[in-house]
Amino acid sequence: MNKKVGIEVSLAAADAVKMANVDLIAAYPITPQTHIVEHLSELVANGELDAEFIPVESEHSALSVCIGSAAVGARTFTCTSSQGLALMNEIIFIASSMRLPIVLILANRSLSGPLSIWNDHTDVMSIRDSGWVQVFVENGQEVFDHVFFAFRVAEDPKVSLPVIVNLDGFILTHVIEPIEYWDQESVNKYLPDFKPVSTLNPDAPVTMGAFGMPGIYTEAKKAQDEALINSKPEIIKAWKEMGEVIGRRYSPVETNNIEGAETVFLTMGSVGETVSIAVERLRAQGEPVGQVKLRLWRPFPVEEFREAVRNVKRIIVIDRAVSFGGQGGPVAAEIRSVLYDEENRPSVTNFICGLAGRDVTPDNYIDMYEKSLKDGDKSKEEDYVIYGVRE
Amino acid sequence: MIEIRFHGRGGQGAVTSAELLALAAISEGKYAQAFPSFGPERRGAPVIAFCRVDDHPIRLRTNIYSPDLVVVLDPSLLRLINVAAGLKENGVLITNTKYTSGEIREKLGVKQALATINATKIALEEMGLPITNTTMLGSLLNARQVVHPDSLIGPLEKRFGRIADKNIRAFRRAYEETTILNLRREKQ
Repeated sequence: MNKKVGIEVSLAAADAVKMANVDLIAAYPITPQTHIVEHLSELVANGELDAEFIPVESEHSALSVCIGSAAVGARTFTCTSSQGLALMNEIIFIASSMRLPIVLILANRSLSGPLSIWNDHTDVMSIRDSGWVQVFVENGQEVFDHVFFAFRVAEDPKVSLPVIVNLDGFILTHVIEPIEYWDQESVNKYLPDFKPVSTLNPDAPVTMGAFGMPGIYTEAKKAQDEALINSKPEIIKAWKEMGEVIGRRYSPVETNNIEGAETVFLTMGSVGETVSIAVERLRAQGEPVGQVKLRLWRPFPVEEFREAVRNVKRIIVIDRAVSFGGQGGPVAAEIRSVLYDEENRPSVTNFICGLAGRDVTPDNYIDMYEKSLKDGDKSKEEDYVIYGVRE
Repeated sequence: MIEIRFHGRGGQGAVTSAELLALAAISEGKYAQAFPSFGPERRGAPVIAFCRVDDHPIRLRTNIYSPDLVVVLDPSLLRLINVAAGLKENGVLITNTKYTSGEIREKLGVKQALATINATKIALEEMGLPITNTTMLGSLLNARQVVHPDSLIGPLEKRFGRIADKNIRAFRRAYEETTILNLRREKQ
């Protein structure tokens, strides 16, 4: 297909937003998302991208602008990280309940404090239950592809929900690597024009974001839950059709070396690539190890996940955030819950690692594997272990 | 896979070195990664940047702990940091210095092969600035042909525009003038 371009992942992500022919961008710069927003601002300023760029004074305003924009039927993009997402929090829940197809790239970063600018998944886990479609990518190519995917899914009239693409801060955003650009024709073919279900229009007035009395709130929430659950077939269709256009195949749950695997690592995001090296090395030593990757986090792909781990004895869940006082990291808690009703459920060992940019190497993952096999090891007795703590 | 670690000071262009090398490799159809040691950027403070080059897609997303090549842009770092930390036995330490490779070997006690170049002098003569990132790339390619030297020209022209010629001259001079001291050869 097209030649690979050497480029910083953030710049490629911004170029993809441009190629998606976005109408409005409202964002506030925050590390490590900055290069994405700066590049978009340049593209608008130099006339390469015919869009409104609204440089707001805060992330709360950024997403508020996006709500207005999506409500009048404009293709809408924003981008943030960490504290920025925290400041958006109030509006995040409103965007999804209003079923507005906004696309947000979240350059994942820890939440303060202590103040940290480095990568983990604390930020996205704080809005896990917000009703947005949430996907994770492992590398620069995947974020480029998923910009088009995100608009396509969000704006699909059967979905009509906001979408977050989770992109690991620094580990991906600040890396130069080869990325295969789509040609514009393929983008146009894959991503049709946005035809909103309903718009704010003075000539045909509608109410959006109305008051929800106790008599209707429960029904509204039930409808919202169904909307998110029912988005899954459309999400799968969007990935399938992307495969037909560009040849790369994505699915809600992806596996690596699953054949004959007794133990699998469960990963989300860029650690999946590093873990795949540990898996290869363990396989070379004859260890029956594989890997399951969650690409789709919301709606949670229950059936696909259960199917992927059907013949597995042990799951090592890699969490990138702490659920303080809970029974493991947010991913492990979810995995345990999904497996509870299964007759032959695998055991779950949970390592929380890579917090705020702490480097985790293939050797570390091999060490986790060995610990998970050992009887009497802390990681087997306890609900979770925060890995690599210096004592 | 070849793994390269660059040591410099904020403002000297260590990150740019890693980026230019990755861009050159990608232009040859190879796979490459370039990234800084992530964090706040401060002018003058020691900076590390990383580059990986391979014929296959690169999935390793950690810092580089056992580099094949280490490039030191600023000679003052040799006293401050163990720049050879983790350097593979058959690796090469490539450093900007006014001393000979024999003298550097004695000072640092490094057992691996050494490549030395007075990059500050070349940069001053060719560009009028003591910024050694593009000069050290010439030295690096002399020590190990990670990419063809001509592959760097495109990325250098794109990055430096009007001042590209000066950078290319400094790069080519360093490529010619670097001295290599190999311990195994010494023993023979």
